[in-house]
Amino acid sequence: MSFFRVEKLVKTFGGLTAVNEVSFEVKEGEIFGLIGPNGAGKTTLFNMISGVYVPTSGKVIYKDQEIQGVKPYRICKMGVGRTFQVVKPLGRMSVRDNVIAASFARVNSMKEARDNASEILDFCGLTSVRGTLAKSLPIAGRKRLEIARAMATRPDLLLLDETAAGLNPTELLSAINLIHKIRKNGTTIIIIEHIMHVIMSISDRIHAINFGQTIAEGTPKDVAANQAVIEAYLGTDYA
Amino acid sequence: MLKKLPIAEMIALAVFMAIPFFMKDNYFLHLLILFLMWVVIGSSWNIFAGYTGQVSFGHAAFFGAGAYAAGLLAHHFGYSAWWGMALGGPAAVLIGLPFGIICFPLRGAYFTLASLALNLILMHVATIAENFTGGMQGIMIMPAFVSKIPYYYIALAMVVAILAVINLVVRSKFGYYFVSIREDQDAAESLGINSTLYKNISLGISVFFTGMAGSLYMNYMGFIDPSVVFSLSDYSIMAILVAIVGGVGTVYGPTVGAFIMVAVNEFFRSGFFGLLGFIGKRTGSPLVSKALDFVTHAHVLVFGILVIVVILYLPKGVVGDWEKIKRKVLRVRPTE
Ligand SMILES: Nc1ncnc2c1ncn2[C@@H]1O[C@H](COP(=O)(O)OP(=O)(O)O)[C@@H](O)[C@H]1O
Ligand SMILES: [Mg+2]
Repeated sequence: MSFFRVEKLVKTFGGLTAVNEVSFEVKEGEIFGLIGPNGAGKTTLFNMISGVYVPTSGKVIYKDQEIQGVKPYRICKMGVGRTFQVVKPLGRMSVRDNVIAASFARVNSMKEARDNASEILDFCGLTSVRGTLAKSLPIAGRKRLEIARAMATRPDLLLLDETAAGLNPTELLSAINLIHKIRKNGTTIIIIEHIMHVIMSISDRIHAINFGQTIAEGTPKDVAANQAVIEAYLGTDYA
Repeated sequence: MLKKLPIAEMIALAVFMAIPFFMKDNYFLHLLILFLMWVVIGSSWNIFAGYTGQVSFGHAAFFGAGAYAAGLLAHHFGYSAWWGMALGGPAAVLIGLPFGIICFPLRGAYFTLASLALNLILMHVATIAENFTGGMQGIMIMPAFVSKIPYYYIALAMVVAILAVINLVVRSKFGYYFVSIREDQDAAESLGINSTLYKNISLGISVFFTGMAGSLYMNYMGFIDPSVVFSLSDYSIMAILVAIVGGVGTVYGPTVGAFIMVAVNEFFRSGFFGLLGFIGKRTGSPLVSKALDFVTHAHVLVFGILVIVVILYLPKGVVGDWEKIKRKVLRVRPTE
């Protein structure tokens, strides 16, 4: 049995092939990094895994079940949580209410939802701002709220889309700590990240894509030394 | 189940229960019945639009469906119109749910336009299907009661029911799900919320009570026609105004809004509660009777101005911006 894998995933938008035959497998308990320059197709991959997009072709297999094309709310209930790169706070709800709403994915009573939420708020270090309206949070808080909300749905697999982008060094450090804590908690993580030293230090294995296609996969050290990866990144950095 | 007893609500209910024992004036009771009916309609609209974020421009569709369900049952089948009261809610749901299932893929303004279209379609159907609905002639039934007091208590019971439902909903998973969908449907879906299902539940609750209000109207007024109960301005838009003035997405906003709108409407329609007419008769001045004529038709204009003022200065409505009103208008210092 495999925990999670995608097989030859393809997504086209009109004439544009955003993701082209990407395959990889993620083992239970690991942190799996997904890298690639802007527009490489990383978020599109997440959107196919989480049910936002129906793949043009290919399979998403989670706990031996094909889940491609399944509705996002069902995929959440199956145990796949996600954050959004462009954060989507439930603006006119408090931070706590955001997390309570997410908790109802697992429990039905108000009391259980409140208990779950306070546990998660504590875990994610948001307890001190729990009464704040989500729309009034600064960006670091919003990114953290994305993680807290996804965690409140008690995922076995968590998809993190650039949750470290836009953070200052202190915030970055605490975000990395949080991700380590989540993994220790037993949650498998696929993480998209642009900041190289973050993804390199945090991931067990890394999958690199460019223009929708796989260019490398392996340990952080292997991938960092890979010629195609270096070119892809230098290409965008120095173009 | 409730931790603390809703004391304020229970006192208010006791007062409303007691009113007919002291006030037997028909005109006053009539205004109260209108007020209660608008609490039901405004609160219904608010569940769906205020809490769930699905702005309906066509709630008259459901009001009219309830009214026609009651009226047609009495008219064609000779059942007492009271059976129609039981039918009004389900009839509105029967129209609302297929509409929801078809139109919920539409978001934002597109959904709003679809609701407007439903309203217009039903109005035309009721007008064209003359053999069944009586067309423009409308439907007339014998009111079951001469006294207004039974209607008053029925309306009051509906208000209690919908306010109880709203209070329960907003403190439950349903309320959290409704508001999550309003705030960001994609985020909601990613958190395990079946947005289509919960929008339908919200719509179902909303139109059920709107339909009941419609069947109450049929029974109480004894007469309906398509241009009355499917009226855009008198019901669809008025429902929105009631909620906006009182406070969209607040439990008691539409209650306050209903009070304000009914009071303002009556204040002008009656020429400042008969004052102008009185002065006109006393003085015999043609100027005053001209003014009376103007004022009695001015309520629509006043609604417009009222809504603009509210949107500009109290965007959360009287209830939502109550703190602001206390601070700025009543000059109450905030307690530290
Ligand atoms: N909904 C969409 N419609 C059309 N094109 C899209 C859509 N989503 C993404 N794309 C395109 O697909 C490509 C990959 O985008 P994305 O997956 O967001 O990249 P990344 O997350 O790696 O930066 C880009 O060229 C983007 O413009
Ligand atoms: Mg992206």
